[in-house]
Amino acid sequence: MARHIYMDNNATTPLHPEVKKAIKGALDMFGNPSSLHEFGREARAAVERARERVASFIGASPDEIIFTGSGSEANNTVLSLAACPATSCLNLLDKKKTGIITTTIEHPCVLETSKCLTDRGVDVTYLKADCLGKVSVEELENVLTEKTGIVSIMMANNEIGTTQDIKLLAKMAHKHGALFHTDAVQAVGKIPVDVKDLDIDFLTLSAHKIYGPKGIGALYIKKDIPFCPLIRGGHQERGRRAGTENTLGIVGLEKAVEMRAKEMNAEETRLLQFKNKLKKGIEDNIKDARFNGHPHDCLTGTTNVSFDGAEGEAILLYLDQKGVAVSTGSACASGSLDPSHVLLATGTPAERAHGSIRISMGRENTEKEVDYVLTTLIDVIKKVRSMSTAYGDKK
Amino acid sequence: MAKEEFSWVYTGIAKDHFTNPRNILGDEASFKDNGKGTVGNMKCGDQMLVAIKVDKSKGTITDCKWKTYGCASAIASTSIMSEMVIGMTIEKAYHLSPKDVAAALGGLPEHKIHCSVLGDKALRAAIDDYYKRNGMEDKIVKEKARLVCQCMNVTDHEIEHAVLEGARTLYELQERTKLGTVCGQCKPEATRLLQLYIKKHFSK
Repeated sequence: MARHIYMDNNATTPLHPEVKKAIKGALDMFGNPSSLHEFGREARAAVERARERVASFIGASPDEIIFTGSGSEANNTVLSLAACPATSCLNLLDKKKTGIITTTIEHPCVLETSKCLTDRGVDVTYLKADCLGKVSVEELENVLTEKTGIVSIMMANNEIGTTQDIKLLAKMAHKHGALFHTDAVQAVGKIPVDVKDLDIDFLTLSAHKIYGPKGIGALYIKKDIPFCPLIRGGHQERGRRAGTENTLGIVGLEKAVEMRAKEMNAEETRLLQFKNKLKKGIEDNIKDARFNGHPHDCLTGTTNVSFDGAEGEAILLYLDQKGVAVSTGSACASGSLDPSHVLLATGTPAERAHGSIRISMGRENTEKEVDYVLTTLIDVIKKVRSMSTAYGDKK
Repeated sequence: MAKEEFSWVYTGIAKDHFTNPRNILGDEASFKDNGKGTVGNMKCGDQMLVAIKVDKSKGTITDCKWKTYGCASAIASTSIMSEMVIGMTIEKAYHLSPKDVAAALGGLPEHKIHCSVLGDKALRAAIDDYYKRNGMEDKIVKEKARLVCQCMNVTDHEIEHAVLEGARTLYELQERTKLGTVCGQCKPEATRLLQLYIKKHFSK
């Protein structure tokens, strides 16, 4: 029987059955939330209900949440605050505070935006992560200056799963008068997140990483924080994000968040057991395998591992033939010439980064699947190494 | 499930060669090769070893085995190449191009071509090794690189390499090689070579 085992949940997730139901149930709700008539009011009510749910899930108030088209858009929006040169702009950031501090292991939507902002004259500083993917509070203090406007550090890394001490990092940023943003796309819905407890100014989240639909994200903006929209136009989202609301997406996000609140804790316990089983299985059965990322401060669903002498794209495609879907940090799979920037930034040698795969589990995975993936992985690594120029003498 | 059409960026032939690679060099010590070559390096993510046996009287390749640290298209292309060259004269094998190999596979996605060039490079290195071992150094084609950009010291070989790795415009070529960023005199010649190599490797 053909198997289809999906273990690439950090890339995206299947819709939760309840999310599917909610979206189906809303298909006839076509009104524009900005319209005053009945059709519009129905959609408006749905959008505001969702806003309340999303807000309460992360400890925010509803007027601190705006819906965006993606996590990438939310991240672009925050970073762009630092770059607006117009004095008449609604951006109320102190004009002297235009510097950005971020890290070398951020998602491309942060790194590429930072690169573009640099070209536009913004001073961007990149914090390095250690070999486990951790960013240090002391190093943040070393680079903070009175010119730093925004510090942006991701809560959990998409490739290696390492989580950061956001509360301490935010405290340090505030000590030096900078605003703090965290890209929590991989964290919200997997680990408890409370924006008030963390005391942060901006937070990015996305629906499709937590069993919601694609094309919908949200940005938390702390009350009274200076803000300037990235997308200008109508007065939607109280002038903070123009464009007619993606009502179906918003309904999907609401249900996804609701289900996360119910299922997250039990699921995390289960995924941790699976991860431990998988890791032990790899350690016991595959020589020269090295785990990337932090052993404890890590998303429970994420396992990133490198196999000496085996190239990642080949591993991925052999696994795919056996019905197992994972991802790799190898350059060959990405279409670029360089392997994973996260692995390189955490000091992983290029040859080990090329031989890495990421197994990211989620709510639909079962223990049986973990067993099958392990057996299959053992065979695949054996096969790839048997034809490898880089592993022959180690047999 | 009818997933086959979109699950593979490679053709059926490439998939077959990837799934069941032919002529893998299992036991290196017992394979009495007449020539052996290794190219590429682990840092770049691919390395290739090719070993050949040669019938000296006929001048033909009688066996070709290989090993790689490389991706699916490196595996598939070297597998089919090893089948193609068995029985082939050394001279003909020496001039086998990545395009010939890609064609035999029924085509490769453009961004994958550069992964497949290691096979024929390693084959040439193996043939060079055979020539050396048999006192036929005169047959080795010394690929002399020609300097195109005097300021940044960039050769035609580097331009060809950049094209194989995806450069399609002068700007992309400059991003990779920095050529023509000082005096700029070489830009017309670089543009001509760019078109030449795109045609050589990617024209249908």
